[in-house]
This record gives sequence, C-alpha cells and structure tokens, in this order.
Amino acid sequence: MTDVAVDPGHEPTRRDFIHIATGAVAAVGGGLSTWAFIDQMNPAADTRALASTEVDVSAIPEGGEIKIMWRGRPQFVRHRTAANIEAARAVDVAQLKDRQARNTNIGDAPATDENRALDPKYLIMGASCTHLGCVPLGDGQGDYGGWFCPCHGSHYDTAGRIRKGPAPENLPIPDYAFIREGVIKIGLSAAEESNAGWTGA
Amino acid sequence: MSGQSTYEPKSGFTRWLDSRLPLVRLMHDSFVDFPTPKNLNYWYTFGGILTIFLVLQIVTGVILAMHYTPHVDYAFDSVQRIMRDVNYGWLMRYMHANGASMFFLAVYIHMFRGLYYGSYKAPREILWILGVVIFLLMMATAFLGYTLPWGQMSFWGATVITNLFSAIPLVGESITTWLWGGYSIENPTLQRFFSLHYLLPFAIFGVVVLHIWALHVPGNNNPTGVSVKSKADTVPFHPYYTVKDSFATVIFFILFATFVFFLPDSLGHTDNYIEANPMVTPTHIVPEWYFLPFYAILRAVPDKLGGVALMFGSIAVLFILPWLDTSKVRSMRYRPIARWFLFLFALACFGLGYAGAKSPDDLLFVTGVDADGLAVGFTMVWFARILTAYYFAYFLIILPLLGLVENPKPRPASIDASVGGGASAAPQAAE
Ligand code: HEM
Ligand code: FES
Repeated sequence: MTDVAVDPGHEPTRRDFIHIATGAVAAVGGGLSTWAFIDQMNPAADTRALASTEVDVSAIPEGGEIKIMWRGRPQFVRHRTAANIEAARAVDVAQLKDRQARNTNIGDAPATDENRALDPKYLIMGASCTHLGCVPLGDGQGDYGGWFCPCHGSHYDTAGRIRKGPAPENLPIPDYAFIREGVIKIGLSAAEESNAGWTGA
Repeated sequence: MSGQSTYEPKSGFTRWLDSRLPLVRLMHDSFVDFPTPKNLNYWYTFGGILTIFLVLQIVTGVILAMHYTPHVDYAFDSVQRIMRDVNYGWLMRYMHANGASMFFLAVYIHMFRGLYYGSYKAPREILWILGVVIFLLMMATAFLGYTLPWGQMSFWGATVITNLFSAIPLVGESITTWLWGGYSIENPTLQRFFSLHYLLPFAIFGVVVLHIWALHVPGNNNPTGVSVKSKADTVPFHPYYTVKDSFATVIFFILFATFVFFLPDSLGHTDNYIEANPMVTPTHIVPEWYFLPFYAILRAVPDKLGGVALMFGSIAVLFILPWLDTSKVRSMRYRPIARWFLFLFALACFGLGYAGAKSPDDLLFVTGVDADGLAVGFTMVWFARILTAYYFAYFLIILPLLGLVENPKPRPASIDASVGGGASAAPQAAE
C-alpha cells in the first residue's frame, strides 16, 4: 500500500494506513454480513429436510392418473395405456423441443420414452409446467394426447415431453424406485436425510 | 420555480417554530402559494387523487392487518372472517381491494397525461423516472397484496409471477427458491409477502415525496407544453388548484363508491373465493385487470426468457423515454402526426389488455373452419404480437424518428396568450 498517493509528493503516513485499513475492514465485514441478510430468505432447515413418499400405483386403473404431493409440489403418476406408450415411442427424439430426458434417475440422456419411464406402464413426473409452474391438465388433453397446460397453452405428449407452447423443458422425473410390487417411493436420496425431524409432504 | 418564500409567520408560536423547523413554511410554499400554470385541465387532477388513494390504501391496509393472519392454514379463513364477522370488515376489504383498482386507473390516466403533454421531457426527466419507480413499486405491492387472501387466483398468480424469474439463465432456479423460501409457494412465501406488502407502500410514500420535490423544482408542465415565462402565466396553487383537485376527487370517489357498494367483486375473479389448492390450477388464470396488457406481452413470445424479457422491457423502456423522444415540442397539441401515433398507442394498450384476458388460442375473428370443422382464424396470440410490436415501435422507432421529421404546429407565445386575453397573443414558431 505504499503508492497510495493522496496528493503527489506526499509521503504515505500512518494516518493513511489507518484510513485504508479501516475502510478495508468495514468493506469486507459489511460485504460478509450482507450474506446473512440474503441467505435468511432461502429454504430453512426444516423445509430443506427432504421428505420421501410411498405410492401404491397398483390401484391406478389403466389410463388413469393420480396426483400426489412431494416436497410441496404435485407429481403425476400415470398408468399409461398401450396406445400411449406406442405413441410416445414412435417419436423421433431429433424432432423434440427439449431432447434431454430430464430424468433424475439416469442423468444426462436423450429424451426417448425408455429414458423417461423406468417401467413403461407408469410415468412418474413433476406436475408443474416447466413454463411458469401451473399444473397441466391430464386425461389425454392437448394436441399430443398427453397434458395441456391451460395457463399459457403448453402441450405435452404421452411421455410428458414438451411439444408445443412456451414451456422450455420436458416435465422433470423425480428420483424414485419400485420398492415392492406395485409400490414406488419418491425421493430416494432423501431417505437418509428425512430423519431431520420434519416429515410432512 | 423554487423562488423566494412568501411565507410570513403571524403568531408568536409560528415564528418560534419557523426558526426551528420551517415545516409550515415548506407546506405553504409547496401547496398554498406555489405558482402553478393557470391553464391546467382536469387531466392534471390525478396526481392529487393518487396521493389520496395512497393514504387510503395505507389506512385500510393497516386496519386489515389487525384482523388478518398470514399463515397458509388461516389466511383464507381470516379474510372470510373480515368479510362476515369483523364490524365493517367488508367495507375495509372492499375499499382496499377496489382502492387498488382505482389507484391503477388513476395512475394510468396520470401517465398518459404525461405522454400526451410531453411531461417527461427536459427539465422533468427525474420527475418522470421517479414516477416510473412508483409505478413499479405499485405493481409489486398489488401483486404481493393479491396473494394474501390465499385464494386460487392468489396462489396461482403468485406461482406464475415468481416462476418468471426462473427464466433467467443459470441463477433463475436459485432466485425462485430464494423468493419462495422453499420449493414452491408455501407458508414461508406467504409470510414474507405479507411483510413486504406492509412495507412497500411506505417506500412508495417516500418516493412520492421525492416525486413532488422533483416537480416543484421545474414546476408543473401544462397542456401547451410552453414553459412558464412570467407571473401572468400562473396562479397560486391555493385556492385555484386545491379546489379543482377536490372537485375532481369527489367525482372520482363517486366512481370508487359505485364499485365498493354496488359492484364490489366485479373487478376481482370468482376463483379467488376458493381456497388455494396446490394440486389444481384454475382452467383460466388471469391477473387483475391492471396487469393484463403486460400479461399479454409476456405471452406474445413463444419463448420463456424472451417473454419475460419483453415484459420487463415494456416498463424499462419508460425509463429512457425522455431521451428517445427527439422532438423539442412537448405537447401533442402541436404535434399533428405524433398525436395520432399516441392515440394508436393507447388503443394498442387497450387491445393488449383485451388479449391478456383471453386464452392465447382464442380467436379474435374467425376466417373459416378446418378439416375437423373447428373454427380457425386470427388468434389472440397473433393479435398480441402485433400490438406488442407496435408498443415497442412507438418508443423505439416512431418517437425518435418523428421528432426529426415532423413539422410542428405554431405554439402560443405564452401560457397567458394561449388562454386568450393575454398581452402577447401572437403565435411563435419555436420555443
Ligand atoms: C400501495 C398501496 C397498496 C396497494 C396497491 C394494495 C393492494 C392490495 C391488494 C390488491 C390486495 C388484495 C385484495 C383482495 O383481493 O382481497 C391487498 C390485500 C391486503 N393488503 Fe394491501 N395494498 C396496499 C397497501 C397496504 C398496506 C399499507 C397494508 C398494511 C399492512 C396492507 C395490508 C393488506 C392486507 C392485510 C391484505 C389482505 C386482506 C385482503 O385480501 O383484503 N395493504 N392489498
Ligand atoms: S405455466 Fe404452463 S404454459 Fe405457462
């Protein structure tokens, strides 16, 4: 800090040093404490403690769909018909708007139907439209026989892939597994953390 | 026009006070003896109306907060209790909810007044910018307030708007999580929205003080756009404009009362009388009427980030408007071409509002039927696209170019001359 010239020809003094040191401490301290004021808005520990949910999918009739809550957000569990599956498999991935599978269970992969539904009969995915978060309508709605989001008109196909409208991505697949015949568990990575004391969904 | 103060304290107490805290002097110089152009018309009364509505929102809001419970399990019921059980609670809530609508009606008129008379031009750029800041804060406040009753529209409106931020590349998801305090709109979100909804109106109040300060340095613009040149151009604010503003306020309050007492829910959405349900989105989400044009702009673009950018851009462009309009002539009265473009702009805003209330795939008009016998035609989303293009073109192309090529009409030599009977009635070519 020798060449902090306050006015030219003036030798740095002890007072200059104290000024700069004080300013530096104040700036760093102020900057660091700001983080506390920002971070308090982020999810609190009880909210972060992820929950896992078990769903009995065997009760869903073919062509039927249920919605469950997981981490405060609804998720679709759809029992697809053979026609649904066939339609989803007939699509060329190259034509899709979003070519990523968006499947937490397998990581980066092309958005084929095989990569979306672990068991082709059951499609499990987040029910929040990737545009602005509305819950799309099921029952084969929309131009592609899958889901239609009424908010701004996004159409999803029978594999939950975005086909038309403003939504940018395919509906996300959460981490889940079949733990018993006909029973899935959503939120596997949460299993160990869920002892954190909060298990609401 | 912040000239010499004409205040003279009369009593011993006011003299004592004046030499310690010249508050009475400030009020006297700002609202009593403030020299004001003598030709202000009724479009100029909306500033006063807005101030009154801000105070009214704060008073009714603080009262509502005494009975309201900001928790997802109780919020909806507490608002219903305000409506049914709290003495005059229905009145407080209907005044607050419809007051917000009146507030926006007044602010839109106030802003168009500014656009028409060129009030954003030098030396009033800061004044205009502070106005846009107030408008932004108002939008934030109204959005936060609308979440509080925790109905279906509250919940899904908040979901859609907060998700807008997720369009921002890289940090978008973190920002929405941060706004929510969770992974979706939940109790932490409602609580912070309540806290901020309480806070922001006072921030607005602060900016309003700056806005009036910035008004009182250059003084009011006026319908001719010609600057004040002599004392003959002005009258004191009191009693001339205190009375005019009061009269306009009374008329506006009749409109307000009509809504509060006879049509209290007509501007709201029936779905908001259904408690929030995160599992089911209402089939048709619409924001409050005052957000519809911006909502239409958002949906005009088939791309998430693009739509969000345009929507914010439509307000951001107002900030730089003072430098986009190249014409030296303030008032549209003397701009024969520009005024038509401004009328079209106003129509475009109404059109956008209309498109915003419809579904994007609804038809504006039908041109025929397709193979399945379904009607085809010109869709709302295309209507909104054209209007959005015009909205931006008005600011970014028309105003900058027109100022260079338009031949303005002669302007009066002074305000005094314009109202007739003045000493110098001869028109003058340029200011
Ligand atoms: C700029 C001024 C303000 C505006 C534009 C505004 C706007 C709104 C709106 C649009 C609503 C929803 C009304 C409904 O549909 O029920 C609302 C609700 C509410 N506001 Fe405000 N507000 C303002 C100031 C305030 C202030 C200063 C408070 C003080 C705490 C407040 C407290 C409340 C409360 C408790 C509710 C929930 C009760 C209800 O929904 O009626 N507001 N506000
Ligand atoms: S939220 Fe689904 S299309 Fe906008």
